Amino acid sequence: MSLILLIEQILNGLQFGVMLFLTAAGLTLVFGVMGLINLAHGSLFMVGAFAAATVAGATGSFVLALAASLAAAAAAGALVEILVIRRLYSRDHLDQVLATFALILIFSEGTRWLFGSFPLYLNIPDYLAGPVTLPGGIQYPLYRLTLIAIGLLVAFGLYLLISRTRLGIQIRAGESDREMIAALGVDISKLYTIVFALGAALAGFAGALVGAIQSVQVGMGEPVLILAFVVIVIGGIGSIKGALIGSLLVGLTDTLGGVLLPEFFKLFMDNASATSVGSSLSTMLIYILMAIVLVMKPTGLFGAKA
Amino acid sequence: MKLRSLILAASVAALSAATATAEPTKIGMITTLSGGGAGLGIDVRDGFLLALKMSGNSDVEMVIEDDQRKPDIAVQLADRMVQSDKVDILTGIIWSNLAMAVVPSVTAQGKFYLSPNAGPSVLAGKGCHANYFNVSWQNDAMSEAAGNAMSEEGIGKVFLMAPNYPAGKDMMAGFKRFYKGEVVDEVYTKLGQTDYAAEIAQIRASDADQVYFFLPGGMGISFMKQYSGSGVDTPVMGPAFSFDQGILQAVGAAALGVKNTSQWNKDIDNAANAEFVTAFQAEYDRLPSLYASQGFDTANLILSAMGKADVKDADAFRAALEAAEFDSVRGDFAFGPNHHPIQNVYMREVIQEGDVFTNKIIGVALTDHTDAYAADCKM
Amino acid sequence: MKRETMINALLALGLLAVPLWALIADEPFYITLATRVAIFALAGVGLNIAIGLGGLVSFGHAAFFGLGGYAMGVLASHAQSYTPMMEWPFLIEGSNSMPVIWITAVIASGLAALVIGALSLRTAGVYFIMITLAFGQMLYYFTISWPAYGGEDGLSIYIRNGFPGLNTLDPIQFFAITFVILGLALVFSTLLAKSPFGLALNAARQSSERVETIGITPYRLRLTAFVISGMITGLAGALFADLNRFVSPTMFSWQTSGEIMVFIILGGTARLFGPVAGAALFIALEQVLGGLSDYWHIYLGLLLLCVVLFARGGIIGTLAGEEARHD
Repeated sequence: MSLILLIEQILNGLQFGVMLFLTAAGLTLVFGVMGLINLAHGSLFMVGAFAAATVAGATGSFVLALAASLAAAAAAGALVEILVIRRLYSRDHLDQVLATFALILIFSEGTRWLFGSFPLYLNIPDYLAGPVTLPGGIQYPLYRLTLIAIGLLVAFGLYLLISRTRLGIQIRAGESDREMIAALGVDISKLYTIVFALGAALAGFAGALVGAIQSVQVGMGEPVLILAFVVIVIGGIGSIKGALIGSLLVGLTDTLGGVLLPEFFKLFMDNASATSVGSSLSTMLIYILMAIVLVMKPTGLFGAKA
Repeated sequence: MKLRSLILAASVAALSAATATAEPTKIGMITTLSGGGAGLGIDVRDGFLLALKMSGNSDVEMVIEDDQRKPDIAVQLADRMVQSDKVDILTGIIWSNLAMAVVPSVTAQGKFYLSPNAGPSVLAGKGCHANYFNVSWQNDAMSEAAGNAMSEEGIGKVFLMAPNYPAGKDMMAGFKRFYKGEVVDEVYTKLGQTDYAAEIAQIRASDADQVYFFLPGGMGISFMKQYSGSGVDTPVMGPAFSFDQGILQAVGAAALGVKNTSQWNKDIDNAANAEFVTAFQAEYDRLPSLYASQGFDTANLILSAMGKADVKDADAFRAALEAAEFDSVRGDFAFGPNHHPIQNVYMREVIQEGDVFTNKIIGVALTDHTDAYAADCKM
Repeated sequence: MKRETMINALLALGLLAVPLWALIADEPFYITLATRVAIFALAGVGLNIAIGLGGLVSFGHAAFFGLGGYAMGVLASHAQSYTPMMEWPFLIEGSNSMPVIWITAVIASGLAALVIGALSLRTAGVYFIMITLAFGQMLYYFTISWPAYGGEDGLSIYIRNGFPGLNTLDPIQFFAITFVILGLALVFSTLLAKSPFGLALNAARQSSERVETIGITPYRLRLTAFVISGMITGLAGALFADLNRFVSPTMFSWQTSGEIMVFIILGGTARLFGPVAGAALFIALEQVLGGLSDYWHIYLGLLLLCVVLFARGGIIGTLAGEEARHD
């Protein structure tokens, strides 16, 4: 395998990782601040993609589509938080799992009812289409480079939000002691709605960005949901930094594993069985990674408490 | 309970003389109507019901149920239809793994099963059954046709890609069975994978002349969108599943000009097909898909057999099905010894008509093709 | 008699009455449905030992359910094709006898639970939920891409396996088998909860420190509970495979883990008959709502949501009207 191919695959892993980060960040925030397991987070990812596809279809503008994804997912998130989620904060994890499992059913079939059973069209705008040549002669899609840049920008933005703003202080306070900030006069239910909507908006935004190079269809959020859970558990639940590191680890492991494992087995096996064993193992790789991390560090890489 | 007993009473009882049976023929349809794969099931159902409606035959009673794409639900529904609803014929399943779960037990209980979509190799070979008829294709057929076409075009090096599951491996085996050039690499991806950047980089790094891939449904949409933006210009080809009417609009311009293999297209020139395409658009306000055409053919095959024999007389009815005397929208259609189709597989190309993406036929990839497993079938 | 005991008795009678009625009315499908309820309830009884008694929220019990299923699939497929499973170092033949399959399923899922539990129990809380999910997903992807036993297509077994003295192909006789097993599991579960082991486990759930001070290691208690729990769910998997005469990787999917969990919560966590009530209601809803509309999942979702929000403690908790044993 040439160096150029390897660098290209590392970029691919990075890109996959930063997109995972957008989804995982919301999930980990919601868990950190409210202590809620939200299985329906993937549905908000889907809402963002469908909103973007609809607006892009109507207006032809990708920027408007992205704005719509943020708005629609945030609105859906706020609505769900007010109607359902806020009744779950005081419940145990089991009730949360069941309620948000029910929300997945409602979101998925509701979306199918509104948009039909066929995948929607959403494509990257012309000004981001096509490849660019990077130093060293690597041809790489401009859109994917943009995704990496956007992902890193959002991560930086989140860092600023949490470390420098009033909302960030409240979020951090909420993570360490929920009763205390209520006692200090912070409107806790408003804070929770905002945090949940923020997490939803990030997921919806990721859905729209990724939807442009994937299939916008019902159920697209569920694989992402499972991966996002893997990410936040590896990183340590509640930690944004952990979510970022975890995303990149998962992105790189998954991408490079799929490429390198079959090559590795080819060193001492015939081609057909090496491909077969390698591909089988690579699909299990991130779960193996997660199990190893948790066995070594039971609260994830950056997890504060059990 | 609207769907449960959808009794199709025709307004005009225009029956052919031979179908003067006392009881209606009961057909159970188990197909995917909810969740991510629902588009295919809905098309099969709509094509099937359209054929019944057009025939004006009131001797058919339909029981339609949703399998949610889950094998255990499909088995449960099949049990119910056989045991409680007492259907004579079952049909409708879209996915190979569900067919493998349902077909052996249904046929063992003496019912007929007609497959409007899935064609796993086991059911064509060792696991074949006298009461099992495949009205669509054996899974390998479209890949075999593509392999043949590429060999004839003199393409020397090809890159293969499919999901890592049995149907994916069947497809690639089918391709290699007819392809005489060199396979430079063979990549198996995760089932349901949505990002193909790594595979596209491998394609770029390989010196293949062409890519052949089997990625049904959403996987194909994702791959095509990412591939067209990658700047890799190796031409791709695939079986019809990634370029069908239901998903082409979602792929968009990225698919334009891509060749794919299929046993049907809306421009196959025969009267039955022309009538089908017009009637389907009038009834459902969308272009028919491959799956709709298969549902339509399945219903017409059943109707033709009902015209000749009573379903309660299994031997006579089986012979009537084997004769396959109906006007298939594919043109010539016959069954091989293992009850799988002998049919042409065409090469299609994705084109744009107005603002709708669709396919047109550009040639025949394999003439009167039959599958490779018939020899293993002992009926 | 306590109200909950009465509800339990009614549930047991109901589960027995439906197939008997179906037998008389010649509606064999309802016998199949009742069998399904019994099997899912059994899987739930297994998981309930981990969740209700041990406080171990496993999101990966599909692993054991699937292993049980594949124990049946692998043994029966070898018996079906008359090929031995293994010739070296010693000969292992396939089997189509239910007791042999059950024992294999229980041992296989027990061993898997031992390994998965030993690693997972190093973590707690949400991390435990997620690491069990990860193990389930590992097995799911492994079975999909492992070609020897059908991969994603799964394995079809043409004839249901046999049980000495019974005709298992007769729906009512197969139902009887599952009903008896479910009954035994429920009795076992009661005895377990009242045994010194169960009491210690319950104490460890409430306060780990307190148990440690009297010299009991919570880790071992929990691991034992997890293994027992996995074994029962594995047995349910073997029965489920025999009901369908088919196994496939979907048995390992995270949705399966979710569904088993839903049965428990729906019925009432830590309630003895919770899984029975939950599975019965879930399957009844599936039957009734499935006929109403193509979009019936919406109604199912809304109903589940209402149960969580307004009927705390699940069906049994609401009907019995007293505090659940879990806190």
